Amino acid sequence: MSNILAIAQKELKSYFVSPIAYALLAIYALISGWFSLIAIANFIEMSMQGQGPADLNGYVIAPVVSNAGVLSLFLIPMITMRLFAEEKRSGTIELLITSPVTDMEIILGKWLGAMGMYACILGVKLFCLSFTFMFGNPDWRPLATAYLGMFLQGGALLAIGMFISNTTRNQIVAGATTFGMCLLFWTFDWATTFKADGWAKVLAYLSLTAHFNSFARGVIDTKDTVFFLSVIALGIFLTARSLESLRWRA
Amino acid sequence: MIKVEGITKRYARFTAVDNVSFEVAKGQIVGFLGPNGAGKTTTMRILTCFQPPSEGRASVAGFDVMEQPMEVKKRIGYLPETPPLYPDMEVGEYLEFVGKLKGLRGNDLAKRITEVSGKINIGDVRTKLIAKLSKGYKQRVGLAQALIHNPDVLILDEPTSGLDPQQILETRELIKGLAGDHTIILSTHILPEVEFTCERVVIISKGKLVATDTVDNLTHRMRGSENVGVEVEAREGTLDVSAVQRKLEQVAGVSKVILREDKNNRANFEVESLQGRSIRADLARAVVEGGFALTELKAAGMSLEDVFLQLTSTDKVDEAKVEEEIEKGEAA
Repeated sequence: MSNILAIAQKELKSYFVSPIAYALLAIYALISGWFSLIAIANFIEMSMQGQGPADLNGYVIAPVVSNAGVLSLFLIPMITMRLFAEEKRSGTIELLITSPVTDMEIILGKWLGAMGMYACILGVKLFCLSFTFMFGNPDWRPLATAYLGMFLQGGALLAIGMFISNTTRNQIVAGATTFGMCLLFWTFDWATTFKADGWAKVLAYLSLTAHFNSFARGVIDTKDTVFFLSVIALGIFLTARSLESLRWRA
Repeated sequence: MIKVEGITKRYARFTAVDNVSFEVAKGQIVGFLGPNGAGKTTTMRILTCFQPPSEGRASVAGFDVMEQPMEVKKRIGYLPETPPLYPDMEVGEYLEFVGKLKGLRGNDLAKRITEVSGKINIGDVRTKLIAKLSKGYKQRVGLAQALIHNPDVLILDEPTSGLDPQQILETRELIKGLAGDHTIILSTHILPEVEFTCERVVIISKGKLVATDTVDNLTHRMRGSENVGVEVEAREGTLDVSAVQRKLEQVAGVSKVILREDKNNRANFEVESLQGRSIRADLARAVVEGGFALTELKAAGMSLEDVFLQLTSTDKVDEAKVEEEIEKGEAA
């Protein structure tokens, strides 16, 4: 366990000693702020038209949170692309593999480090939303559920991105492929627009949107939780196999 | 301490290491010698559990690299050809991270960092970013990384490549000073390095083991006969080159006399002795008695370099390439 934490700590630190963390945080703060501004303007408009203040959860928190899902499509590749690709290119992977730590400790450490970075980014959004609590009285529970959903969804995409980063020594290739995969996973449910059964249904079930939406609505569904946990496990499993194959091919 | 039994590493299209066996005793420094692409790095990677052999067994301190890799990894310090450094980290931070990876914690870790920094002489750059270090310092930090957990075995892949001559000397001294406490395998294609630092040599070429012996034995065994360079001048007048040659050929124990150069009344010969004969004293007397002036007499013994080339090169192209590599390595 302490090996995992040592690697996670190093991984998280490496985002902050390079410009990556600051660039991601700044861009995310800007976009998050813009989204919040739009949502609040919309909320004010609605409040003016109706009698008394509109539903703060429905008009501000829900739209901002569901946008977060889309945003993470762009952010995840930037977090994961360097995870293994950089170590492979610079040769530091040799240090990790020849140290007395297991492959699983390396992988979990890296995934946790990436999760840490992702959590920092989500923290920025929480800061934006904290103003609704300052001036209004929204229910905090749907927000907490949405955050759980974002963590699960992010964890799943980070695990997939980590696997992709392990298959190449080129960060750009890793980033671009991860972005493509994220987008595909996001839009798999479009399959149901022209076919409602068979493979289309299976594909639609793999869509992250469908599983994230219930969290965004404030519902913790066991089915969706299990789905995300399975994808995390799959990503970690694939990374482990890929790291192992490095020994036979390298 | 290290036992390699018939290891082979095959890739889809070529065999990188072919049935190599050798042993290294505790506390020894062994030079792992071979031209580039001979399979040195692959063999080292097998010993460090980075990759498994296709066939054969290898063990470190009695632990098999395939069956008990964790035990092997705990006992090995490894410096790959490019030091595995994170450029964005400070030296101290980096050593702390590596120490943790190797299982050190708390006070032990702090103590080892101080000890190693002192030993490798990097105390003054502890708070510097690795990216800002000179090549020589980077190499030292790499060495410190390999030493941090005080391993029984050190495996160093071309530890002096890319350093300037001063740094090469320092690194060699440093490695020599580590022998005894640690069993060391170092790979190189720079021959003086082996002559200077190592007790034993393992020479491989094209994946195959060519020779393994002590440095002295190897040069001795390959030599057999004595080669002497003789330079002769005329006392007065012109030099009768053929007379000198005849005189030299008459010396007991001489098997061959070759005229190398004949310029400005000065002739250069290479004289080869019969197996096991010492002829230098007799050559000197013969030249002087013949009325010529002896200006130079030197033993052109076989250096490890000659041995190496003889063992590893099968054609001229290879030889030229190796020589070029050696020069590059020394110049760099």
